[in-house]
Amino acid sequence: MHIPDGYLGPGTCGLFYLIMLPIWTAASRIVRKTLNARQVPLLAIGAAFSFVIMMFNVPIPGGTTGHAVGGVLVAILLGPWAACIAITVALVIQALLFGDGGITAIGANCFNMAVVLPFSGYYIYKAISRSSPINSKRRVIAAGIAGYIALNIAAVITGFMFGVQPLLYKTASGVSLYCPYGLNVALPVMLGEHLLVFGWVEAIVTALVVRYLQSHSPELLVEGGKS
Amino acid sequence: MKIISKFWIFICGLIVLSPLGLLLPDHFKAGSAWGEWGLDEMEQLVGYIPRGLEKLSNLWSAPFPDYAFKGWEDKGLFFLSSAYIISAILGVLVIVLVVMGIGKFIANK
Repeated sequence: MHIPDGYLGPGTCGLFYLIMLPIWTAASRIVRKTLNARQVPLLAIGAAFSFVIMMFNVPIPGGTTGHAVGGVLVAILLGPWAACIAITVALVIQALLFGDGGITAIGANCFNMAVVLPFSGYYIYKAISRSSPINSKRRVIAAGIAGYIALNIAAVITGFMFGVQPLLYKTASGVSLYCPYGLNVALPVMLGEHLLVFGWVEAIVTALVVRYLQSHSPELLVEGGKS
Repeated sequence: MKIISKFWIFICGLIVLSPLGLLLPDHFKAGSAWGEWGLDEMEQLVGYIPRGLEKLSNLWSAPFPDYAFKGWEDKGLFFLSSAYIISAILGVLVIVLVVMGIGKFIANK
């Protein structure tokens, strides 16, 4: 899901940097209000967790690879705005140090993995778990479903970004300048592989950790003090 | 033990296991993630390298591309796995420093 340099045209890259600027500003303002200094280590853990979990490439035999993001879990524990900051840090380090995701695509990649994913996951989790007890099975299932659906929504939007490139950028003779695959390929492939394999990884990771925290540190699952 | 310490142990465990993210795709002959091909792969797939893509793709040369060390590419899976773990440790350290820095800046005391 890490779009490299060269797959998105300059306009698309610029647009998503422009979209991300106010979101990053809002995130730091909101997190400043709600996150207290004692929670900073948790934010660091959230960013580190997301970074490492993304290194677990899961193969589709003979095909491609993909991975979970861990962002839904971070959003459930710290709230979606803090998750946005944590995942942004992970993505920027991945791009700068490890060439995983392009630097021109940091805005687009952050939009998908640090905004769409944690926000949709957080609200799906909240909608399903409602006011169920902190230690209820319903919350484990809610976490799994949220992880699965949120990663797939992010995958669809990533597929859309890839897929519109041939429409936006081509030479006079119709040859693609950036991502050469259109929506008819990019959307079904991105969605299909995440529906089939990678979404389940996000679902299982999110549900298992929520299950563990229910018995070991339930206070982390309580609402309030979240941004 | 405090939950924060348990989380760090969990992350250390993930770092040690991280080469699975390298070895499993290798074992099952899975290639790059969709849409993350290098220039050679792109040429094989579509028969040409889009001109804009070629120009932008070399914009940034990361110090540890693909969580590996330059020059270790042909040293085999053991070295690649070691580089993967070292990259994970390095990445986590830098991330912790950055988040702590951000935390100093924005969190209320």
